[in-house]
Amino acid sequence: MSALILIELNGSEVNASSRAAITAASQLSDSIDALVLTNDSSNSESVSKLAGINSVKMIVDDSLENVNVEVASKLIADAMSGYKYLVSGSSTYSKNILPRVGALLDVQPISDVCEIKSNNTFVRPLYAGNIMATVESSDETIIMTVRATAFEHSGDGGSAEVEILSTSIPASNSTFISLQESQSERPELTTAARIVSGGRGLGSKENFALIEQLADKLDAAVGASRAAVDAGFISNDYQVGQTGKVVAPQLYLAVGISGAIQHLAGMKDSQVIVVINNDPDAPMSRMADLVWQTDLFGALKELNEYQV
Amino acid sequence: MKIIIPIKRVLDPYTQARVNKQTEQVDLTNAKMAMNPFCEIAVEEALTLKESGAASETIAVSIGTGKTVDTLRTALAMGVDRAIFIKTESELDLQPLHIGKILANIIKREEAELIIMGKQAVDNDNNQTGQILSGLLDYSLGTFISKFDLSSDASSVEVSREIDSGIETRKLNLPAIVTVDLRLNEPRYASLPNIMKARSKPLETIELDSLGIDTSPRIKVISVVESGTKDRASKQINSAEELFSELNQMGVL
Repeated sequence: MSALILIELNGSEVNASSRAAITAASQLSDSIDALVLTNDSSNSESVSKLAGINSVKMIVDDSLENVNVEVASKLIADAMSGYKYLVSGSSTYSKNILPRVGALLDVQPISDVCEIKSNNTFVRPLYAGNIMATVESSDETIIMTVRATAFEHSGDGGSAEVEILSTSIPASNSTFISLQESQSERPELTTAARIVSGGRGLGSKENFALIEQLADKLDAAVGASRAAVDAGFISNDYQVGQTGKVVAPQLYLAVGISGAIQHLAGMKDSQVIVVINNDPDAPMSRMADLVWQTDLFGALKELNEYQV
Repeated sequence: MKIIIPIKRVLDPYTQARVNKQTEQVDLTNAKMAMNPFCEIAVEEALTLKESGAASETIAVSIGTGKTVDTLRTALAMGVDRAIFIKTESELDLQPLHIGKILANIIKREEAELIIMGKQAVDNDNNQTGQILSGLLDYSLGTFISKFDLSSDASSVEVSREIDSGIETRKLNLPAIVTVDLRLNEPRYASLPNIMKARSKPLETIELDSLGIDTSPRIKVISVVESGTKDRASKQINSAEELFSELNQMGVL
């Protein structure tokens, strides 16, 4: 009952979510192989030293640098012969590709697995994590993505052998044009250790800069409630919540956010929650480990001026 | 060019999902339902293409029991030309692979070249159906798009995709499926006159059983629990100094 991990590379480094996938797969199988689609065979180095991997299978072709999903899904479906499990981290890379592999293999994939109960039973979130469901798959082959925050990130220390698969790259109906990498100096919202998030209470786009200032001071990412986004204080790629991004940082500092259900759903798993608000009855305050009930502008000024 | 917009009726996203302790399943009895927010964005994009003259017809498709018609009427009131309702006899636990097979059947019948749909539904959060559908039809696929430009000869689209590392731009030859992200557009509201007008727009009902698709569950939901938003023992603080000192003690700075 062997498992294949679809490895995602950032440059030549193995993505953290792929390391979580290895840990998850180790609970399902004692024979784990890694599959890498890449344009550069020297990328085998970082993959072959992953702990817990038997062998690394690589498909190498110039066209795989910015692989398109039509090609990737066919290559992965072919490589799945003989494997019971296909596991990958929950990233946009895997979420794009794995369901299409499922279609090609007639398998219903399982998204965002947070816990493994048995060889075919898993826990996954519904309703942005407000509900946790235990689900049982009856498919012969199991395809799943796992939440990177729910499993340890497997380290290095292995020395797996590398096999370059000789395969022809199928024709495709889409072409890569460009990648505009995020330029923000701040940490990325979904993986940040700390987030400072602002709500409607900030009152204006100009005032929202106080949130950004505090975020920079704490080396934190910036977040926002839907109300702040709808009011035009900040663009909606900063939105935390059910229809925005789901986050679970070590520190979530919420300023002027009342705590609509859909916002709480997106941040409730944060380790420490700090709420700064002048409304003692705001639902957000009940979620807080620390509450500073005060005028938020006074608080932001004091925090931004405080010498750490 | 025909555009098909698959849409889903879900629990209103501003309502808390509750669990029925007896059945150990999500309780939707008497719950307020709405169109999945990502589907509204898909509808808006299709309507913009129709208004620009690039699309000849927009068709909304949904699958479910009788009440699903309400959601299709909402799409019609927003401006979609016609609707196809795939009717199920009871609340079936249809999974993305089933939905994909049903939609593939309808898309082939309609010979639609462009499918615009939400990247995920906010109830089951699978984020799978568009990808699965593209695999079943062997259509090109653009997921999580925040920008959409149809070529002047309508043979391809250029899409910007919101991915973890930034924004990726790709050209997709038609036929294609795109799944939309939040930033693509601001969906319109249906005006009262349009709500009235929607009542007389064509809505075709197809019995799911007549399509001959195997809908036996691949995944069984054994139980669900509310993970809920647990109240925490909130400690009051009163100064920046106090806050930083607490956070340092907690080791989160």
